[in-house]
Amino acid sequence: MRFPPSRKVNMNRINSKLQEDKKLLSIYFSAGYPNLEDTTTIIQNLENSGVDMIEIGLPFSDPLADGPTIQESSTQALKNGMTTQLLFDQLKDIRKTVSIPLIIMGYFNPMLQYGVEAFCKTCQEIGIDGLIIPDLPVDVYNEQYKATFEKYGLINVFLITPQTSVERIQFIDSISNGFIYMVSSASVTGSKTGFGEEQTNYFKRIADMKLKNPQIVGFGISNNETFTQATQYAKGAIIGSAFIKHLATDGVNTINNFTNSIKN
Amino acid sequence: MTYNINDKGYYGAFGGAYIPEMLYPNVEELRQNYLKIMAEPSFKEAFDQLLKDYVGRPSPLYYAKRLSEKHNTKIYLKREDLNHTGAHKVNNTIGQILMAQRLGKKRIIAETGAGQHGVATATVCALMGMECIVYMGEIDIARQAPNVARMKMLGAKVVPALSGSKTLKDATNEAIRDWINNPVDTHYIIGSVVGPHPYPDMVARFQAVVSEEIQWQLQEKEGRTTPDYVVACVGGGSNAAGAFYHYLENTDVKLIAVEAAGKGIHSGESAATSVLGKEGIIHGSKTLLMQTNDGQITEPYSISAGLDYPGVGPMHAHLYKTGRAEFISITDDEAMTAGLELSQLEGIIPAIETSHALAIFDQKQFKPDDIVVINLSGRGDKDLQNYIEYFKL
Repeated sequence: MRFPPSRKVNMNRINSKLQEDKKLLSIYFSAGYPNLEDTTTIIQNLENSGVDMIEIGLPFSDPLADGPTIQESSTQALKNGMTTQLLFDQLKDIRKTVSIPLIIMGYFNPMLQYGVEAFCKTCQEIGIDGLIIPDLPVDVYNEQYKATFEKYGLINVFLITPQTSVERIQFIDSISNGFIYMVSSASVTGSKTGFGEEQTNYFKRIADMKLKNPQIVGFGISNNETFTQATQYAKGAIIGSAFIKHLATDGVNTINNFTNSIKN
Repeated sequence: MTYNINDKGYYGAFGGAYIPEMLYPNVEELRQNYLKIMAEPSFKEAFDQLLKDYVGRPSPLYYAKRLSEKHNTKIYLKREDLNHTGAHKVNNTIGQILMAQRLGKKRIIAETGAGQHGVATATVCALMGMECIVYMGEIDIARQAPNVARMKMLGAKVVPALSGSKTLKDATNEAIRDWINNPVDTHYIIGSVVGPHPYPDMVARFQAVVSEEIQWQLQEKEGRTTPDYVVACVGGGSNAAGAFYHYLENTDVKLIAVEAAGKGIHSGESAATSVLGKEGIIHGSKTLLMQTNDGQITEPYSISAGLDYPGVGPMHAHLYKTGRAEFISITDDEAMTAGLELSQLEGIIPAIETSHALAIFDQKQFKPDDIVVINLSGRGDKDLQNYIEYFKL
């Protein structure tokens, strides 16, 4: 049975989550890492540990926007045998046990090869709520793919950086319908530690723009201190590299400890 | 139909700027300014003067008599090998360093495979007193020690790319990551007609001096500005883009792009992108590239380190798809044999990249009165070790 899109029951899980009165913790990991079959275990353990949202990384051979940690986890995942189809197969029944928003984050070429429409359709069938595709430019999305994403109920999330102009931020805000991924500083993932005055001013400057979409900060968040700083002005924060390091050293069964260390 | 770029940055279906938002301000700054800057009289004057006095242009258009006799057609060689630093690469780095200066940049980054573009970049940075960082795959650093030494002697810092397959595509990834991390003071000098718009067009325009000269040189020698054929090897495709540029819209001039077949197109060790590649995105450009069915970019192979790029510039993808250029694949063995032939018939030792373009005569018949211009894109000094090992010299 289908409900019209305006009915709250059919609201995208991302939008519902964003309405909750709390700062959100979102976690990124590379699917297929550390082991090929860890994907669903990681997702379930993340939800059980109290994480609010998950970004499932679709590994790519040439992740331009990522630093060494995510590059390595991506490379290892591919070596382990991860593919787009396998990831979809692994996620087939994920909505039987997991209810928080799930986002797939990946580079555009693997999606293009799978077929953008087929990719979006499968995402909807599985219960994926949104996509983050760093190298799909805003204008190309707007002209060529927006209708397809919307047809399958997917929220596309765009990035902004400290260098993004006010006009461009306003344009991105106008075509977004979930949240804006606010890159904390000019950097690839996992390269900076700690926030200075420059970042805090930037977070505040964006908050003062009163955009229609809430902002979630990513890049450079690795512990409770940086999470707290990032969410002083923003709705939430995303952790990737630090979580992958945790998986590398502590495995998939102590995710609780990681989440607790961020939230407390 | 046009074979050149349109105002949206595409050659037909290929090109564009598929870049993360972190790169947008840099690429957009360049896009908004490159044509304006290139049109400034002071820019043109500085560019032309350096090409003349520093690079040694115009490079000769040489009628290769003995090679012509052997293949029973009229062969002219465009002697880019005689440029300072030994290849066509310097045409682009001169242009881009002047561009970087006018954009107020203080720091230059570049990627390099075999080291030719790295050396050409280090050279112009020394010339202009600018900081230079060259990313080079760890494996290539080991294979190309003389060029690494050259770059260091010229004052550049050579940074090993340790990610992925540790070769050219990974060096390019690392350079792009550096640019993301340094969004204000840095200019990225890409070495070929690849990458996000406006790079393919900008690099093609800097290399276009090659076909501009061919036009008047051929007029002097043959009384006509147009050859019947222009032949060039293609890795990313900058020397071909330069040699084709002024002939793109004149379909009386047939264009031949020569790719590296490695050990054979279907051997699993090849760099013949037009045959093996599929449409996709690499380094910010929609083009043909070698990839798995799952969209993971694969590692090409060629004996020539300058041709083993898994993609091809978007201009060439368009020339291939439209049939405007004929694409021919040449194996390692065919190229090496052609390199030896040119050395012994004409006293010119070509770069192995160029040897691929010289090897088409077994596959392609020309008429005795055809005028065939081959872009002799680089000299073979850098490849001596390869030639020595191959021919047991």
